[in-house]
Amino acid sequence: MLFRVEVAPKPHVLDVPGRRAAMRITHELGVEVEGAAVVKTYTVAGLDKQEIDRVIEAAALHDPVSHVASITPLAHDFDWIIEVGLRPGVTDNEGRTAKETLALVLGLDKARARSLAVYTSSQYALSGKLDPAQVEHIAKDHLCNELIQRFEVKSAAQWAEKPGFEPRAAQVTGRASDEVLTVDLAAMSDEELMAFSRDNVLALSLEEMLAIREHYAAPGTAERRKAAGLPAQPTDAELEVLAQTWSEHCKHKIFSADIDYENAETGTRQSIQSLYKTYIQGSTAAIRKSMGAGDICLSVFKDNAGVIRFTDDHHLCVKVETHNSPSALDPYGGALTGIVGVNRDPMGTGMGANLLCNTDVFCFASPFHDEPLPPRLLHPRRVMEGVREGVEHGGNKSGIPTVNGSVVFHERFLGKPLVFCGTVGIMPAQVGGMPSFEKRALPGDRIVMTGGRIGKDGIHGATFSSEELHEGSPATAVQIGDPITQRKMYDFLMRARDLGLYHAITDNGAGGLSSSVGEMAQDSGGAELDLSKAPLKYDGLRPWEILLSEAQERMTVAVGPDQFERFMALAAEMDVEATDLGRFTDSGTLSVSYGQKPVALLDMGFLHDGTPRMRLEARWERPEAACQPQPAVEDQAGLLMSMLGRLNICSKEYMIRQYDHEVKGASVVKPLVGVKRDGPADAAVMRPVLARKEALVLSHGICPKYSDLDAYWMMAGAIDEAVRNAVATGADLAHMAGVDNFCWCDPVQSAKTPDGRYKLAQLVRANQALAHFCQAYGVPCVSGKDSMKNDYTGGGSKISIPPTVLFTVLSVIPDAAQTMTSDLKQAGDVLYVLGLTRPEMGGSELADELGFSDCRVPEVDALSAKARYRGLRKAIKGRVVNACHDCSDGGLAVALAEMCIGGRMGADVDLLRVPASPDCATSLEVLYSESHSRFVVSVPSGNVPSFEKLFAGQWIAPIGRVTDDGALTIRNGGAALLRCGVDDLAQAFKGTLDW
Amino acid sequence: MARVRTLVITGYGTNCEAESAHAANLSGSDQTDIVYFSDITAGRVRLPGYNFLIFPGGFLDGDDLGAGQAGAIRWKYAKTAEGEALLGQLRTFFEDGGLILGICNGFQLLVKLGLLPALDGKYFERQVTLSNNDSGRFEDRWVTVRVNQASPCVFTKGLDQLDLPVRHGEGMIIPEDNATFSRIVTENLIALQYADPATGKPTMEYPANPNGSPMAIAGLTDPSGRILGLMPHPEAFNHPTNHPGWMRGETPKLGISILENAVRHLKENA
Repeated sequence: MLFRVEVAPKPHVLDVPGRRAAMRITHELGVEVEGAAVVKTYTVAGLDKQEIDRVIEAAALHDPVSHVASITPLAHDFDWIIEVGLRPGVTDNEGRTAKETLALVLGLDKARARSLAVYTSSQYALSGKLDPAQVEHIAKDHLCNELIQRFEVKSAAQWAEKPGFEPRAAQVTGRASDEVLTVDLAAMSDEELMAFSRDNVLALSLEEMLAIREHYAAPGTAERRKAAGLPAQPTDAELEVLAQTWSEHCKHKIFSADIDYENAETGTRQSIQSLYKTYIQGSTAAIRKSMGAGDICLSVFKDNAGVIRFTDDHHLCVKVETHNSPSALDPYGGALTGIVGVNRDPMGTGMGANLLCNTDVFCFASPFHDEPLPPRLLHPRRVMEGVREGVEHGGNKSGIPTVNGSVVFHERFLGKPLVFCGTVGIMPAQVGGMPSFEKRALPGDRIVMTGGRIGKDGIHGATFSSEELHEGSPATAVQIGDPITQRKMYDFLMRARDLGLYHAITDNGAGGLSSSVGEMAQDSGGAELDLSKAPLKYDGLRPWEILLSEAQERMTVAVGPDQFERFMALAAEMDVEATDLGRFTDSGTLSVSYGQKPVALLDMGFLHDGTPRMRLEARWERPEAACQPQPAVEDQAGLLMSMLGRLNICSKEYMIRQYDHEVKGASVVKPLVGVKRDGPADAAVMRPVLARKEALVLSHGICPKYSDLDAYWMMAGAIDEAVRNAVATGADLAHMAGVDNFCWCDPVQSAKTPDGRYKLAQLVRANQALAHFCQAYGVPCVSGKDSMKNDYTGGGSKISIPPTVLFTVLSVIPDAAQTMTSDLKQAGDVLYVLGLTRPEMGGSELADELGFSDCRVPEVDALSAKARYRGLRKAIKGRVVNACHDCSDGGLAVALAEMCIGGRMGADVDLLRVPASPDCATSLEVLYSESHSRFVVSVPSGNVPSFEKLFAGQWIAPIGRVTDDGALTIRNGGAALLRCGVDDLAQAFKGTLDW
Repeated sequence: MARVRTLVITGYGTNCEAESAHAANLSGSDQTDIVYFSDITAGRVRLPGYNFLIFPGGFLDGDDLGAGQAGAIRWKYAKTAEGEALLGQLRTFFEDGGLILGICNGFQLLVKLGLLPALDGKYFERQVTLSNNDSGRFEDRWVTVRVNQASPCVFTKGLDQLDLPVRHGEGMIIPEDNATFSRIVTENLIALQYADPATGKPTMEYPANPNGSPMAIAGLTDPSGRILGLMPHPEAFNHPTNHPGWMRGETPKLGISILENAVRHLKENA
């Protein structure tokens, strides 16, 4: 029998969640509600009435000071009531905690505890003059995401007639199954092969399906399989494993393809064998060679995260992932899973790293979008708020500070939002006397899965994210992360690492067990896995589903026979589930069974290297872009205010403050700086080892707005932006590593992508730029990822994102005190501009603001920039400067305004003194051009000679002074072009997203 | 002088254990151990072996059921492998003169366990709770807190005003009833109040008071003064560069002075 325990605030207690719900419905949906009250409901299965009474008596589910609990409905005095609960199988974290709490309070034995279940839901009792259509709008478009949740509505009259909602158990019903199907590929035509691949979300091409068929037809195969009790033709599990392992998501087929690149602009042709090997791996190898003994890299591209040197006794590792497709369907769950998912990468790097900090970068369409939405797409504001909250819960609850990030807005991210989540970890240089960044599963080691249980969540995640988003995208691809289950597992694993209780560790991400075991088995040379032992959330999963499930919070560990007993005992003591699923072997095969029943037998060589290499064509022709004249601007002060309020420039404080950015007590430069802590920081600095002074600097660059002009300069710009942000904060080029995350739209020429050759040419050019500029700056890429199908088709339209690369930079400095912030600090300081301003208005914020187009994309002059970056490092280290800020979106004018806001100080500068190229004709160009590699620096007058000496022969000039008159004055020669009060600037900067 | 033996308890979502232990070390603790809750239930560690107990910040059980609620129930019902109630160990620890510091989620746990404010010496009876911030949001920002000079709290002796970060979503004090609240005020169990940084006066103005807590309560003590619970994070101001204004020359007293007081008290009084 099901009982409902309802919990509501006492009359004297303010219903904060209710008030907030009412406010959000009114503001975000534009539907006026007068008030809302929230009643939390726990539906309990497996207890009798007496036990439920004891639960309420013991105040197990409510706080008796502030709340009441009841088994009869509590809502009252409303016009409409909506109850929202989770659909069966969706992760219910609070339900899990409630279940554990009740078992403890009632002293249930193991068997009773297992049969206990708690399902949470929330009731929103709304007051206001609402019609049924509005109530449904509130339910569907704000309170409930029907993909993962269900809702019920009652009017006050319906409630009066029959109060309350029926209790519902969101239980998955199913029977244990050992069903293994055989797929007769030999009997299929080409069309049937493709139909099979499509219908089963395998995302395998015809060429790949044929390669599989051929592999099974090889002489001797049928006999070998027969001996193992398997049919000659592939099983469903084998095809699924091959599809996941070979997916674009896992195998990076486009980056590994043979590309015929034609550059129509220069009339040249080039044949490229693997963009990844040629440009990314290639440039890193060259940089490492040139670093010689000073090579900072320890482990690049081969593990879950890249590892670099930090101090003599610690290393750092870094990884950034994207979670775009799931976030499009369920922004909260998708983003939450994104951040707790990437946490497991450092956790599973080498022998396992402790987690240090997160960085999160999001790309959305405007939250103020007011056009009709194509089918299945969520409103950008809903996406933005959901993603923000998902990362908030994932990061904060895991106790990892979110120290760096940004939000980029572009209309084409309506088709798919981009959600980049990154994590930096730290590991002792040695674990048990061996280098910590290496690991190896040995034949005979047990395969132990730790953490969460397996459900149908996330099945086909890897293949799904290797496809475009469409109206019929599968709901099972969505998961909800559970930060606390993961935290407990992490606590346990770090202790097990320090006690030397395992040989190797990796995370379960895309492809689930098939991937994690498959990858680790490459070390030992094979594995035997018994799926019947796997702990399930509920019955009803078939063997292939257990093998492929991407249920979260799981790590796979190779535990030696001599370590096994202690490993399992520690897990039990720390309340972490750990299950022995088989053993690593050197048989050369991945052998999977369900109890006695054979499920799969895969040749390790074919599994990992059998993918046919793609052959692709790329053709570059420079797109035609008009260079229109800039409109005349009368009100320069008004323009600066508007620019500061633009989405890509304005303050993101509301978001930043909801992220814990200083847990771990190591923060040195926070995301918000200045006298009122509301100026933007260029990069984050933290001191990871509390008893020492060494610091890490974390920054990023991202500029998709240049992709339509030339993806080469988009990439160069992203690298430069990341590097200069780090340098502005004090980082040293000599100890700096990069992470590249490519998000592209489908670049493979086909009927649905008629411009595939051009999009692939963009990719080629971006890679060429990556190699050129990483080498120019001496910054090796140590890790990276790509997501290649960021397109949406539906309702007859196709939206492709602008090709985007997030470039993340991790740098190390020997002393946290050698850092700098952007806020002005002292009146009378001389303000310098470093770097040359050119009339590069293409893709600029100003062009978008004033509605003109320009073809001159900002280029990067790495040679001069590098000298400037080295000089700036010396200036900051020597404490010669008082403030430093890079010029980025909105150019010089915005940089100056931000520095004034940070310090709440004025400045008086003259544009004629700004170092500018001769073709910089207008003051608009000097003010708002987004030429790269430039800084504004505030120098105490006494330090001017030593400062200028550091930049002798470079493009620098003093342009004015810091003032204490509370206004930013910009002159063009003598007369003031504009004069704005700093408080007004701050208001303009903070007004847009003041939510 | 007594040796100060500090126990920092973590597990089940607690996450500020490392910086809390570091702060204790900087403050002169002779021995500082970070242990998991499971180490205590396994019987490997006993509370009475220590004299300074820290419940650090974090997200016990993800704040499900309300911050600290599930954790308080775990403490209330858990037993060691030998069948000894954990609550008994905690009671003995306190009765033997030990000091208890609950920071943020640790403070939430202490009020939900009924260790604060313990009016009439009624320890382990819940008299107040901490609930959602007035803003309905989690927020990370630095605040100024003012010390109540009349409170018996040993952690705040000799201190006047501190700058500390807050990072929480459930920091507003809600008393059982008005009488309880009045007595907390009159008996000086308010140890710390959110203050206007300019005037140093307690304030109800957001954001100087980040959660709308009545009487600007940022921290509570018990009648003995040996327990302190506070929402701000003293351990996160363990180095001058933690302060958001350090580059502007703002270098006030470190937050760990609260822990230094605890260590000094134990050394001088035990």
